[in-house]
Amino acid sequence: MAAPRSPARQLLARLLRRRLVLFALVALVVVVVAALFAPWLAPYAPGRMDIAHRLAAPAARHWLGSDEFGRDTLSRVLFGAQQSLLVGALVVVLATVLGTALGLLAGYVRRLDAPLMRLTDALMAFPDILLAIALMAGLGASMFNVVLALGIVYTPRVARIVRGAVLVLRELAFVEAAEALGAGDLRIMLVHLLPNLLSALIVQGTFIFGYAILTEAALSFLGTGVPPTTPTWGNMIATAQQYMGQADWLILVPGGAIVLVVLSLQVLGDGLRDALDPKLQRLL
Amino acid sequence: MSAKLLEVRDLKKHFPAAGGRLVRAVEGMSFDVGRGEVLGMVGESGSGKSTAGRAVLGLIAPTSGSVRFDGQEIAGLSRRALRPFRRRMQIVFQDPYASLNPRRRVCDLIGEAMVIHRIGTSADRRDRVAALLERVGLPADAMERYPHEFSGGQRQRIGIARALAVEPDFIVADEPVSALDVSVQAQVVNLLQDLQRDLGLAILFIAHDLSVVNYISDRVAVVYLGRIMEIAPADELMRAPRHPYTRALLDAAPVPDPAARRTRAPLAGDIPSPADPPSGCVFRTRCPRAAGECAQQVPELVEVSPGHARACLRDDLC
Repeated sequence: MAAPRSPARQLLARLLRRRLVLFALVALVVVVVAALFAPWLAPYAPGRMDIAHRLAAPAARHWLGSDEFGRDTLSRVLFGAQQSLLVGALVVVLATVLGTALGLLAGYVRRLDAPLMRLTDALMAFPDILLAIALMAGLGASMFNVVLALGIVYTPRVARIVRGAVLVLRELAFVEAAEALGAGDLRIMLVHLLPNLLSALIVQGTFIFGYAILTEAALSFLGTGVPPTTPTWGNMIATAQQYMGQADWLILVPGGAIVLVVLSLQVLGDGLRDALDPKLQRLL
Repeated sequence: MSAKLLEVRDLKKHFPAAGGRLVRAVEGMSFDVGRGEVLGMVGESGSGKSTAGRAVLGLIAPTSGSVRFDGQEIAGLSRRALRPFRRRMQIVFQDPYASLNPRRRVCDLIGEAMVIHRIGTSADRRDRVAALLERVGLPADAMERYPHEFSGGQRQRIGIARALAVEPDFIVADEPVSALDVSVQAQVVNLLQDLQRDLGLAILFIAHDLSVVNYISDRVAVVYLGRIMEIAPADELMRAPRHPYTRALLDAAPVPDPAARRTRAPLAGDIPSPADPPSGCVFRTRCPRAAGECAQQVPELVEVSPGHARACLRDDLC
């Protein structure tokens, strides 16, 4: 029998055994802290124009350069992180809640399976970005609508995974035991199935966090995302493309931030998947 | 025997299989279980004994037939309508690993039935869970622990405590010891027997091991391909089997006596597919005494002495 250590600590120990996962986690913590403390860390207000130093190269005055209005790139990237991370987090919450509900119903209530899965198939048939653009066109550009659109885009992924897991779980004897005790459908879904889906949801949520940040950036880049008055990594890149020849830092800084965060989330998601997989543990 | 608690008549359960065929898992079983009686049910894998147990409890809907519990018909009732009966009939599962939700503590697992049926306050429930743990021989500190911290035998005790939480009159024990080490099997069987005597439980005890079944049962039903071949008081079945299949099973059981002689060759081959059972008597393909008539006619379960019935056409032989 295993030593009585809390499951959360065991998981963390297994997770951090891989050096790359540790780096990814540290990078994400740094970015989240930087975003939370942006008002104190940023040298300037994100909208403050320094007309005398437009398109300035990185230097002591503007560490990471400035844009065509002389706005400080570092400050804008820090404030942009708030928007990007907030959108990503809210999309994860929305897609997980909707997807889990649909997946549980499809997997456990037999007669709902076919209709719900055809619906998700239909949504998944569109490329993420195309569906997001179409939804944004219908909803109108605002941060709330970006969250709504991306939440809808990523719901089918969660629903599929949850349904698959439920189909396996529902055949286990403990579900039948609950039925024998007189538990209703709702109780079986929420008390017996949902807690066993947690690890799958954590892994999928991590991946969706990354995808959502990337797709949000793409929407902003295409001009259908968060309105350009609010700095996000996506719309920073969108305006910077005109000055690519003169001021490449304008693209490299927000672009690098996206790459760092999305890559870290992918690595973390992979790590979590391995750490949470009991079969792989025996092999490692 | 006391009044019948459970009366099963012509119970059938067919499952649709590939190619539009039917798997006839249970094909017309009739049996009774009296109050406080243990009915053993033995048969090979695929004989339909577990399916019969689940159909009796309404965990799977029977295709046809009647199940009367304490005089009330429960076959075909909806899940909602079955709910009051869930307090009176329970199940103990074969696999002590899959049958306990890994994410729930022992007190939640055992106390769940009381939550579902709104019995007592949460303090009452804790007291009752503590009492049940003691009753099944687990330490009181098991309450806050998770199933993975226990061995197979201990988990089976948790499963038994869960089934007892609602104070049922009747339990289906579906191969409760088959997945356990032999050394632990006896402990769990003895626990079930003690509980059965103390609480006056009626048990349908399903197993494929004749010796275990005979040890705990008052009467034993021998099933083959979804049908009852022979049913008799346990000691009589052991001493004077009246069906060739029962004889073959008894012959196949190991005898702890190196000097004992084998009287007959054990059964050859495997049980036929329930999707394509033999005509007439389903056992005829493996029966050492099969005759021409066995392929034509399905033998009825006929009483040969009080409380002892068997389904065989060759009454000239046994």
